[in-house]
Amino acid sequence: MSVDKATVAKIASLARISMDDAALDRMVPELNKILGFVEQLGQVDVTGVEPMTAVIAQPLRLRDDVVNADPLTGGGVRDAVLANAPAAEHGFFGVPKVIE
Amino acid sequence: MSELTQPELTHLGVQAIRDGVAAGTFTAREVAEACNAAVADASALNAFIVTTPDHALAAADKVDADRAAGRELGLMAGVPIGMKDLFATNGVQTTAASHILEGFTPRYESTVSQRLWDAGAGMLGKLNLDQFAMGSSNETSYFGDVVSPWRRNGSTAGLTPGGSSGGSSAAVAARLAPAATGTDTGGSIRQPAALTGICGIKPTYGRCSRWGVVAFASSLDQAGPMARSVADCALMLQAMAGFDPKDSTSLDLPVPDWSGALNADLKGKRVGIPREYRMDGTDAAILKAWDDGIAWLKDAGAEVVDISLPHTEYALPAYYIIAPAEASSNLARYDGVRYGLRDLPQGANLQDMYAATRAAGFGDEVKRRILIGTYVLSAGYYDAYYTQAMKVRALVARDFAEAWDKCDVILAPTAPNTAFALGEKLSDPLAMYLNDVFSVPASLAGLPAMSVPAGLDPAGLPLGLQLIGRPLDEQGVLNAALAIEQRAGFTAQPDRWW
Repeated sequence: MSVDKATVAKIASLARISMDDAALDRMVPELNKILGFVEQLGQVDVTGVEPMTAVIAQPLRLRDDVVNADPLTGGGVRDAVLANAPAAEHGFFGVPKVIE
Repeated sequence: MSELTQPELTHLGVQAIRDGVAAGTFTAREVAEACNAAVADASALNAFIVTTPDHALAAADKVDADRAAGRELGLMAGVPIGMKDLFATNGVQTTAASHILEGFTPRYESTVSQRLWDAGAGMLGKLNLDQFAMGSSNETSYFGDVVSPWRRNGSTAGLTPGGSSGGSSAAVAARLAPAATGTDTGGSIRQPAALTGICGIKPTYGRCSRWGVVAFASSLDQAGPMARSVADCALMLQAMAGFDPKDSTSLDLPVPDWSGALNADLKGKRVGIPREYRMDGTDAAILKAWDDGIAWLKDAGAEVVDISLPHTEYALPAYYIIAPAEASSNLARYDGVRYGLRDLPQGANLQDMYAATRAAGFGDEVKRRILIGTYVLSAGYYDAYYTQAMKVRALVARDFAEAWDKCDVILAPTAPNTAFALGEKLSDPLAMYLNDVFSVPASLAGLPAMSVPAGLDPAGLPLGLQLIGRPLDEQGVLNAALAIEQRAGFTAQPDRWW
């Protein structure tokens, strides 16, 4: 399978990466080269093979169902969470207007 | 004051520093000052994105005070290290070598770095890397290429230190730091270690916590140490590893005393030589080093057996579906809202802002991988690409599982070539990917794997050999690497030009 410019533009839009015509023109052959390389996986007989989900099988743990079981990943740290935001306002993340 | 000069102190390894500090031969502060000076003098290598001499000094002073007070010293007491800039460090910029995270200053500390500080280590600075750890040459960093301290005989051309942990490998090889952290998704500890003549081990997936490590491909990412000897790697890995409830894939197992149990006597051990790793296009010098390695392991008492890992050639294409797929998902978090860069064109709405921010903030290789990942996960292609790759991954893992019936550890080259020139493979992403051909299979199977120096090629560049072990058998990997280290007698180091 190979991708054309319209497909790459669609993928870029899904991935929320703005790309102009020149960037798309550059990307199309590069992606096709990589897709051409991974195409060989189709030759592998995978009959009866389950897709791998974990390299080391282990049950998923649950943490104790208590508030702030681990203070580091718990709540009440609003200022620390907002500290690196490009636009923090009134204790919230600021974003451009989303309702016209 | 110690009898040792600053350059002599920077040539000491992890264990030698820790033992010297403990014995009072020199102080931790003297070591930190010597390393800080070496780092400051090596800006030509571009190994560090930021330096943190005060962090190193403060950690050293605490160790010296602890010693004076008769308190017990940690595994890494007095050892200043470099920290790959993929680990979140509290109060110190953490960028993953990207523009999108430029200026990001975490308010928390990654589990692995915290463990190292708790063990008495200090931080010389944050090390350069390929952007988001995507690359094999350290040329995708937003902060510029790292230049290897090594050069070809009679040449001044800049060479790659490997990648993605290229700042780590360059800093350790150039004697700026006795050790550094690395992370390995498809070979990012082992390949740079091989290209710069140092050691590096990626432990079993789950040994080191991923909490606070900028995510690339979560089912593959593992942290590990890079240092100049097998013993130093064992010691530092011991300080880094251990269960962490904050990482859902962390292994809830005790950390063995790998350092104390090191043993190069391989009597009764079987070493597997995978025939599929004899690939066209591998340097003759690397094949020669592989033969040397076989002879050394025999000399150490091991029995050498021929094994087959039939799906080896499919590991790399599977990896280049799985890793980008996971990356496209992981990197969705960079949206210009919560941290890092924001690009808000005039009149832009929220969606425009996402797209503009990500266009400005990600480098070309990162964009390529996000697009590939988005494509292989998209409706209509998911089964053909992603599910197929996950099935092939299961087959790659099964190959190894079957090989363990015949052998205890596997010996192979780490990379198909020695260090190449900066710029040489940049125009062809696929040629760059092929650098990971020998390292990716063990990553897909989550196995412990290590690179150890084996010698120099005719141009005077380091060659590395790779040891791959059973799940959780870091000890077997370290022991076989030690047997090679003792016989290879690798003492070469780069001539200082920087």
